[in-house]
Amino acid sequence: MRAVGEGAGGPKSLPLILARELAANLATPMFLIDAGGTLVYYNDAAEGLIGRSFGEQGEISAGQFGEMLQLTEPDGTPVRRRDTPAGVAFFQRCPSHRVLQATGYDGVRRTVEVTAYPLFGTTDEMHGVVTVFWETGG
Amino acid sequence: MDVGVWGCRGSLAAPGPETIRYGGNTSCLDVVLSSGHHLILDAGTGMRPLGVMLDNAGVDEVHVLLTHLHLDHLQGLGFFRPLFRPGVAVHVWGPASPVQSLSDRIAIYLSPPLFPVRLADIPSDVTFHDEPLEAVAIGSATVRAAKVTHQGPTVGYRIEEGGASLVYLPDHEPSLGVTLANHPADWTSGYELACDADVLLHDAQYGDDEYPRHVGWGHSCVEHVVDFAAKANVGNVVLFHHDPYHDDDDLEHLLVQARARWTSAPERVRLACEGMTITLDANGVAFGAQAARA
Repeated sequence: MRAVGEGAGGPKSLPLILARELAANLATPMFLIDAGGTLVYYNDAAEGLIGRSFGEQGEISAGQFGEMLQLTEPDGTPVRRRDTPAGVAFFQRCPSHRVLQATGYDGVRRTVEVTAYPLFGTTDEMHGVVTVFWETGG
Repeated sequence: MDVGVWGCRGSLAAPGPETIRYGGNTSCLDVVLSSGHHLILDAGTGMRPLGVMLDNAGVDEVHVLLTHLHLDHLQGLGFFRPLFRPGVAVHVWGPASPVQSLSDRIAIYLSPPLFPVRLADIPSDVTFHDEPLEAVAIGSATVRAAKVTHQGPTVGYRIEEGGASLVYLPDHEPSLGVTLANHPADWTSGYELACDADVLLHDAQYGDDEYPRHVGWGHSCVEHVVDFAAKANVGNVVLFHHDPYHDDDDLEHLLVQARARWTSAPERVRLACEGMTITLDANGVAFGAQAARA
């Protein structure tokens, strides 16, 4: 399976462009990872949980982003990057859902439900991963 | 390369006295390369007279580059004379779909009851290709496609030869959901394809006052075309895919709007018209008109 749009800071593929426009018009927190594994966008709704605007954050590798969030199971057990919903969607190329705990830039620990799915183009080429999440308060 | 415009109307052919200056045939361009190859951009109704000319000239190989399969970009294919001449090699390129091959989708049109002849009974040698998302060489040119914002699978094309570049985006709504003038270039549909092109033929279906009633229909208004072209740093803009409800006077009013928006070089904005010619070579870009039609 081909992957397209790899590499940060370059022109984005149409599925990513359309996903960003969807995210930008939603109140559901959402972030996007491109086919090269770079976090390329999160929306205003996600800023509240991440604790920093995307304009301040800029593009970074999804690995760095995951480390910053200090992802764990609800009982505190660390979660490997490839086992997070975004990691499963990226590496295994299938949808995934999980309850996690994460720490934002504001230092607040939150319990969030996370759903991620890969973006495949019309000829099954991989464009990236869409991840939506919301705080459960649990 | 020498470009001839054989149809520049959008959505539906619109012949008649009120459209006589800019033409009523739907999208079709003939791009003649220095190698002699013919690249035909879209198969709108302008393809019928083009086919007569090519058939009379004995052309035996053509490449038809389809942006998408809406009928105004496909209807001329069934009336393209070289398609019915044995021995002619017809290469048809178009956007891939996850559910049906390009040939199966075109066969929906080229089969009864919509058309009397089945695709399988066409006597020329027809070969179908998915759009070239990575550059391919055709004759003396390189051709590349990119998926762009419209309704359904749609691509635009960039043709380069001898350092000159032509970009064709006849159905395109890059402004959907964004304010184009201050939107990041890398996140703009079609930007990478159009960047630094010598000539951009771009969807200009609506006036700025008409667009709010057509958001999401897959087309652009004058403001969007000019802002997109400025962002992509193109050399010349040709307003294309004219609305069938716009008469010649309406189109000239849109041109005034476009030139008023591109204040730095208003002379580099033009209206496409049937019979327009564009020559791109090492000497630059020259616009003209065909002396006569077949």
